[in-house]
Amino acid sequence: MEAILVKDEEVELLINELAQRYGYDFTNYARASLRRRINRLITIDRIPSFAELIYRVKNDADYLTHLVEEITVNVTEMFRDPFVFKLIREKVLPVLATHPFIRIWHTGCATGEEVYSMAILLEEANLLRKSLIYATDLNPSVIENIQRGIFPLNRMQQYSENYVLSGGKKDFSSFYTAQYGFAKFNQKLKDKMITATHNLVSDRSFNEFQVIFCRNVLIYFDKVLQDKVLKLFDDSLEKLGFLILGSKESLRFSPIAKKFVQVEKEKIWRKIE
Amino acid sequence: MAQDRVIKYKLIAVGGSAGSLEVILKIVGVLPLNEDVALLIIVHRKNDGESILADLISTRTKFVVKEIEDKETILSGHVYIAPADYHVLFENEKMFSLDSSEKVNHSRPSIDVSFESLAEVFGENAIAILLSGANADGAHGISKIKQAGGFTIVQDPESAEVDFMPQQALEQMKPDKILNSAEIAGFLQQLFQ
Ligand SMILES: C[S@@+](CC[C@H](N)C(=O)[O-])C[C@H]1O[C@@H](n2cnc3c(N)ncnc32)[C@H](O)[C@@H]1O
Repeated sequence: MEAILVKDEEVELLINELAQRYGYDFTNYARASLRRRINRLITIDRIPSFAELIYRVKNDADYLTHLVEEITVNVTEMFRDPFVFKLIREKVLPVLATHPFIRIWHTGCATGEEVYSMAILLEEANLLRKSLIYATDLNPSVIENIQRGIFPLNRMQQYSENYVLSGGKKDFSSFYTAQYGFAKFNQKLKDKMITATHNLVSDRSFNEFQVIFCRNVLIYFDKVLQDKVLKLFDDSLEKLGFLILGSKESLRFSPIAKKFVQVEKEKIWRKIE
Repeated sequence: MAQDRVIKYKLIAVGGSAGSLEVILKIVGVLPLNEDVALLIIVHRKNDGESILADLISTRTKFVVKEIEDKETILSGHVYIAPADYHVLFENEKMFSLDSSEKVNHSRPSIDVSFESLAEVFGENAIAILLSGANADGAHGISKIKQAGGFTIVQDPESAEVDFMPQQALEQMKPDKILNSAEIAGFLQQLFQ
């Protein structure tokens, strides 16, 4: 039993529909992943034809939300690439400590695992009290989880290992209480988090930050959109601020590259002019 | 392989898991990669933040060995390694793209994911090789390559350190060749002479 596969023209049709009617602009998303996500959705939701998919998008607002959530990949974890967080402890936090007030922006933050990881780092360095962490994503329902501060308990062992690799010295379970298969993270960590929807394609800069995270989002964009978004980050970063990308992403080939230097070999760049 | 017509193979993809490293090193060691063909290696492994696999493979070939980065250009005569924790897709014949979505067959990178994308983009210009492993990843993907007209090789389960993965493939499809590890290397060497 093979599911139907969408054709290239159908992908373009769906993209047009989403852009024109609903203001979700996927025009400059890399096609290989987008096509795979649409095929996956069709299989999982047992959609019999492409026409049926379009029909649902047009007539069922909940389905539209579901579709956008599924085609934008929300997979994440705490202390993903632990060595990046180690370098943040060693090279970024000491700089932040010299500021009276710290502003951090996590873009494309998904369900917030990365945001909580950073909050833990700040708390351990006694910097959380003077920080504000903005956590934004395209999907409203995904970021709701950040305010709840609840994550699946069965992931904690791996997160705990990541935490230790990042240089964490505490017992990881001291950051949460376990209840009904979930880990509820300490209230204190989320007090300094502000969540909002923000679409990197269409929304503008809204503040100046000392650190911007944008990890594993650019891989879904084509070069044109990548350059546009990197410009947005440049506009939203203070001089000497840090930009942190995913482990396989780079700003090397973008026009803003000349204003930045890489911090060691991890994917952290510092704005020097 | 069609004898009456010359097919130009542009990309060779090798997928493997437990017990496949020896074979991969053997293949890389003899492969006379030329201006026309690139090699992609997809092996299941843990994310240790290092590129040990790439370093190891580099010692066996004079060709450039690279762990794939976002939107990496595909150059012939290069050996590409799927990075830990990302699926590798083909944006087109000249460009890889990466995807950090859910694991497939408990794996990321997943061999199925790359093979399916390879089938869509390269069709009959692809060669897919599935090696030793303890997981069913790759079986579905290599069937897709076959359907799309690509050339398929499955390691003889008898010769595989762990026979489950090639066995699964053979239950789903009939590859163009079933070969042991030395034969795979030899066959490719001949093909690209
Ligand atoms: C793979 S997750 C990355 C999560 C986290 N940063 C990490 O690296 O683990 C990608 C996130 O980017 C978001 N995203 C995709 N397109 C976006 C856009 N145009 N604007 C803002 N967020 C976007 C998705 O909703 C998803 O939550």
